[in-house]
Amino acid sequence: MSIRVYIPRETTASSLGAEALVKAIATEAKYRNLDIEIVRNGSRGACFLEPLVEIETAQGRIGFGPVHSEDVADLFDADFLNGSEKAGKHKKALGLVEQLPWFLNQERLTFARCGIIAATSVAEYQAHGGYVGLHNALKMSTSDVAKEVLESGLRGRGGAAFPTGIKWQTVAGAAADQKYVVCNADEGDSGTFSDRMIMEGDPLSLIEGMTIAAIAVGATKGFVYLRSEYPLTQVILQEAINNARTAGFLGASVANSGKSFDIEIRMGAGAYICGEETSLLESLEGKRGQVRPKPPLPALEGLFGKPTVVNNVISLATVPVIMEKGAKHYAAYGRGRSLGTMPFQLGGNIKQGGLVEKAFGLTLRQLVEGFGGGTFTGKPVRAIQVGGPLGAYFPAELLDTVLDYEEFAKAGGMLGHGGVVVFDSSVNMARMARFSMEFCVAESCGKCTPCRIGSVRGVETIDRIVAAQDGAERARQHIILKDLCETMEAGSLCAMGGLTPMPVMSAVKHFKGDFQ
Amino acid sequence: MNSIVDRTVSAPIIFDPRTVGPEIDFGTPVSTSTELVTLQIDGHSITVPKGTSIMRAAKELGITIPKLCATDTIEAFGSCRLCVVEIEGRRGTPASCTTPAEAGLKVTTQNGKLAKLRKGVMELYISDHPLDCLTCSANGDCELQDMAGAVGLREVRYGMDGANHFDAKKDESNPYFTFEASKCIVCSRCVRACEEVQGTFALTIQGSGFRSKVSAGINEGFLNSECVSCGACVQACPTATLNEKSVIELGTPEHAVETTCAYCGVGCTFRAEMKGDQVVRMVPSKGGKANDGHSCVKGRFAWGYATHKERILKPLIRENTTDEWKEVSFDEAINFAADRFKKIQAKYGRKSIGGITSSRTTNEEVWVVQKLIRAAFRNNNTDTCARVCHSPTGYGLRQTLGTSAGTQDFASVDATDLMLLIGANPTDAHPVFASRMKKRLRDGAEIIVCDPRRIDLVDSPHVKASVHIPLTPGANVALINALAHTIVTEDLADWDYVKERCDNEAFDKWLKFIKDPKHAPEAVAHLLGGDASKVREAARRYAKAPNASIYYGLGVTEHSQGSTMVMGMANLAMLTGNIGKNGAGVNPLRGQNNVQGSCDMGSFPNEYSGYRPVSDDNVRKLFEAAWGVEQDPEPGYRIPNMFDAAIAGTYKGMYVQGEDIAQSDPNTKHVEAALDSLECLVVQDLFLNETAKFAHVFLPGTSFLEKDGTFTNAERRLGRVRPVMAPKTGKHEWQVTMELANAMGYPMKYNDPSEIMDEIAALTPTFKNVSFERLDNEGSMQWPVTDEAPNGTPIMHIDKFVRGKGLFVVTEFVPTEEKVTPKFPLILTTGRILSQYNVGAQTRRTENNVWHSEDILEIHPHDAEERGIKDGELIKLKSRKGETTLHAKVSERMQPGVVYTTFHMPESGANVVTTEFSDWATNCPEYKVTAVQVEHATQMSEWQKQYLEFNAERRKLAALS
Repeated sequence: MSIRVYIPRETTASSLGAEALVKAIATEAKYRNLDIEIVRNGSRGACFLEPLVEIETAQGRIGFGPVHSEDVADLFDADFLNGSEKAGKHKKALGLVEQLPWFLNQERLTFARCGIIAATSVAEYQAHGGYVGLHNALKMSTSDVAKEVLESGLRGRGGAAFPTGIKWQTVAGAAADQKYVVCNADEGDSGTFSDRMIMEGDPLSLIEGMTIAAIAVGATKGFVYLRSEYPLTQVILQEAINNARTAGFLGASVANSGKSFDIEIRMGAGAYICGEETSLLESLEGKRGQVRPKPPLPALEGLFGKPTVVNNVISLATVPVIMEKGAKHYAAYGRGRSLGTMPFQLGGNIKQGGLVEKAFGLTLRQLVEGFGGGTFTGKPVRAIQVGGPLGAYFPAELLDTVLDYEEFAKAGGMLGHGGVVVFDSSVNMARMARFSMEFCVAESCGKCTPCRIGSVRGVETIDRIVAAQDGAERARQHIILKDLCETMEAGSLCAMGGLTPMPVMSAVKHFKGDFQ
Repeated sequence: MNSIVDRTVSAPIIFDPRTVGPEIDFGTPVSTSTELVTLQIDGHSITVPKGTSIMRAAKELGITIPKLCATDTIEAFGSCRLCVVEIEGRRGTPASCTTPAEAGLKVTTQNGKLAKLRKGVMELYISDHPLDCLTCSANGDCELQDMAGAVGLREVRYGMDGANHFDAKKDESNPYFTFEASKCIVCSRCVRACEEVQGTFALTIQGSGFRSKVSAGINEGFLNSECVSCGACVQACPTATLNEKSVIELGTPEHAVETTCAYCGVGCTFRAEMKGDQVVRMVPSKGGKANDGHSCVKGRFAWGYATHKERILKPLIRENTTDEWKEVSFDEAINFAADRFKKIQAKYGRKSIGGITSSRTTNEEVWVVQKLIRAAFRNNNTDTCARVCHSPTGYGLRQTLGTSAGTQDFASVDATDLMLLIGANPTDAHPVFASRMKKRLRDGAEIIVCDPRRIDLVDSPHVKASVHIPLTPGANVALINALAHTIVTEDLADWDYVKERCDNEAFDKWLKFIKDPKHAPEAVAHLLGGDASKVREAARRYAKAPNASIYYGLGVTEHSQGSTMVMGMANLAMLTGNIGKNGAGVNPLRGQNNVQGSCDMGSFPNEYSGYRPVSDDNVRKLFEAAWGVEQDPEPGYRIPNMFDAAIAGTYKGMYVQGEDIAQSDPNTKHVEAALDSLECLVVQDLFLNETAKFAHVFLPGTSFLEKDGTFTNAERRLGRVRPVMAPKTGKHEWQVTMELANAMGYPMKYNDPSEIMDEIAALTPTFKNVSFERLDNEGSMQWPVTDEAPNGTPIMHIDKFVRGKGLFVVTEFVPTEEKVTPKFPLILTTGRILSQYNVGAQTRRTENNVWHSEDILEIHPHDAEERGIKDGELIKLKSRKGETTLHAKVSERMQPGVVYTTFHMPESGANVVTTEFSDWATNCPEYKVTAVQVEHATQMSEWQKQYLEFNAERRKLAALS
């Protein structure tokens, strides 16, 4: 029997040489007449270990990482395929992967299969609990499905944290000849990658989640709006969709239920603003990606004017486990109104970057210092931006803030999509504030005035603050910046302009000294 | 009303402008919902239809919420963020334009927070806006300026040295308006107007964020883009960015007069915005029922001809047509004409003179001309230029339905599910109605196009015909029979409707006729583009649509079987129950502004006003009593009979008002020979036209800007035409006609055109309750305006047909005698393009020539290839009647075997080529089918050379005048 070798087919691993590694290992095995089967799993999320090569053994999967092509001959020499003692002492040896503290300390519900199974295999998906949720959903009344999701406490993981179940109930209650399920996979926030990881590592969970959503609301057509920067994701997700269709989980009669549902991938064109749900819908309709006013809510008049569920990838990919294990099981995680788990993404100046799925309730410090191991440079942490480019900059003093939606908002931040970007003591926060305005300049759709012109004036005003020759002038410019941020926050059409003041004003608040 | 005229004295009337106030902008469109909701705005309670925006509800209360990106002709957009409000119990500051009113809402439109927010937004706007208000063309007419004032902006703390668009390039390529990009606030009102109002999609926002800019096409500039210069964007623009060049030159207008456009049969209501008696701009009225606030390049911009230097303002006479013209007084010219007419009648008899009324003049002017002929000339030799366009419509619809007019109002199209468009090209010839059609198509209706050419409505942005039948010119009746045959044999007819509403005996006869397999689509497919299945598909779709409507134009009427085809369409509509309800009907798209009116006014040789026969003793008695003159019971000459009689030597004098028969009537050589034989030809027109070449008396006419009266559009709507300036000639046309009648010895006296309308109403049952006073106070009305329908009749034949039972008429297909031969193997068909109008007398004298300065021949690549003709080459177009030369345009819009040209330029001589064939019932000329040959040409035709010589002489004379 051949030995199973797991090498992720995943963007992080690929960018670190995984494809070359696959070739090198295959060639080496052939050269040495060794019978191996290379399995392309997703990433388990420990980016600092990628490319992580795993060997299946009787004791479990043992890992080596990060492995590069030049390590291959050495590893074969160490007989790494058979888990020899020599291999266990290899400098890249990690031992049993699941025993690594990084994984042991996580609470994986959404990402339970990610990195473990062959990403697009329906059989492996089902062997790990996949499609149990769908079968359960098909046995229930459609209104009970939405109720179950509501009771799980699941809130929109794209950032807005709106209760997913309520959204579904709204769409289910709208009468229409056609409804849609749209997955927002335009993961544009800097420092975030959980959507991509699940789509590359366990795409069937998203497909199953969309299917359950469709059944709950009466939709027959689904779209995944995928950002153009994710070409590999597109290939993997398409493969998974094809496999699901072949296995009868998509198409005219989903799992022989008589209910029809199918999914199409549509690629974005590089605009950050198309991650905003109404711009996304405009773009899906073939129009310029520009924000629509609400009301009407997309749930009532969404894609092509029809009732539409627009959910983030993680929200949808979490539905199968809720339907598999029940709302109560999911709601047992987390605290307060932030129930379940959140896949946090550690990035920036951090020693151990990657994806950490944990129940809400841990502190920022546990995440950054515990899982992340502090900064990459070894200098002290000075600032942390949580929630993407529109999230607040927190100073190190706020590291003990509890990670749940409400607690974080109280501290003046937002969890958003769960991206955590760390900066060390060398950072200049006036420059970061300026960057936040610049980001808005670059990504504003240009429809509303506060965002279109305000962001430009924001950059200029910050420059004037920094260049001010005296305190009076600096104070005057600070007032202008504050007024501008108020105008943008209250006046912008969408969260792009509305939230840009958050990082800017948080930098002013916590790091005023940098604005000299 | 600011009347400057005392109506009690019979002094000559100068003019009576009715100044109208500025139009109110409610910010968002009206909601048509019947459900009402009550909400509170600033403590005031208001009830509005569901779907009304908070902004509009507030405006109706008299509270104006600041706004820039909203205007009530387009959907709310929510981009400027000035109209924010607070709503009790709701988060944040929603935009009032995009937030619908809901029952129980408590809205606050003004408080400290909102004021600060609005000021903050305005400060941003102004930080990227040139501060040259005092020298800006929109000074005093700028919403940005107004809003800066409204929110109390006092300083721009960002300074003016930040990033900006002050150096953005100005686009002055369009002849009528400029695009001053530096003034643009990127509100997208122009882009949205182009999409939602006009439906052309020529404009877009290019780039994103601060780099966003309005672009015509892909950076093509307005003139070179798909822009059709309708003016919707200019009207929508809140700043000086898109501004009329006339405003830039003259400044803002100081008063406005509401009037009716004098171009096509849509009859748009316009506000003539004035300074004194100088027109600054023409702006479509939002309250205009025919146009709903929209316009086209002609009505909106091409009015400069009214003051063109070639316009003749003094009467001219000459003994012989070979003599030089002599400028004289009106009295001398009128006496000269009257003397000659009297002498001719003495010598050749009472019936030796006659006249032609115009489809361009007012109903009142038409009325006095036909009255001149019937009462002063004492014969019925009156005809109208409608003869050559829509006479088959009058005949066909009267036979089948009982009224010589279309069945619907334009708004009916908003309720249609399917439009069957036959022989009409609305985007070029009736552009404002085309926009309305396109809007309905975008909202889900479908269109079937039957046209030899692939016109824009077959395939253009957001418009795609479900079926296009590219029939051969001349095959209309074969088409309509094939459609009816399919509906009957596939059992898709509304049998109950037919049984109840129509004459059953006639129907049974027709049914037997139409069932004959010779009418099957397969039997005539060779005439209908070759694909019978498309014809069946069209028939099925038409029959199955809940509300199906037929729209048609001159491609139906200007055929030897024009009347047959009109009746065939009425048959089809009755067969499917599509007459007498909203969204359905048979709808002629009239070519000229007052075609309907000139027909209604009794211009025809056999009919008095309201289409009552001269042979009817009771009708004649009515007129004899009113006019005090014995009436001739014999019908007079139709236009072609006039020409024939002239050549035969029995018809010697003619009064032609506002029609250039020498250019617009077919077979030019024949027409010229007829005119040349006249002993007195009186032409009344703005310009020394082609016909005037043969005239002895030229009476200068007035433009629509000087006229006081009414036009009747294609939907039977009587709209007021109001003078914005005194007649440049010193006399109204009706006054001149009246004085001619008096000089002929028949006393005619009106002090005011309203008295003419009063006479029309008294003598015409369908106009019974029409008066200027009512039209002025209550707005336009659609006849019949009777005691039963005191406010007019938008949709006719609702419960029963005007004639009682609908009459099915057997419509045998008889191919035209004009057939292709080896010598003339191609079919020429003619039409219009957007920028020019009819014979071009008006539009050629405007900047519209930048879009179309010459008529060209469109030819399919296959036919061009066979003849070795390349795009842009000079070709000779010849028929058995004559020849002319044109430049060729090789185009796949054409089908092989068919060539196409327009007839806007006199030097093109398109009618030198057309034939003498005409509609069997009405003599409407068969302009649409001429067998021709196309070949290379090296020089102009003889006719064209002669024309150019004459034209040079005319220019000289105009310069003297």
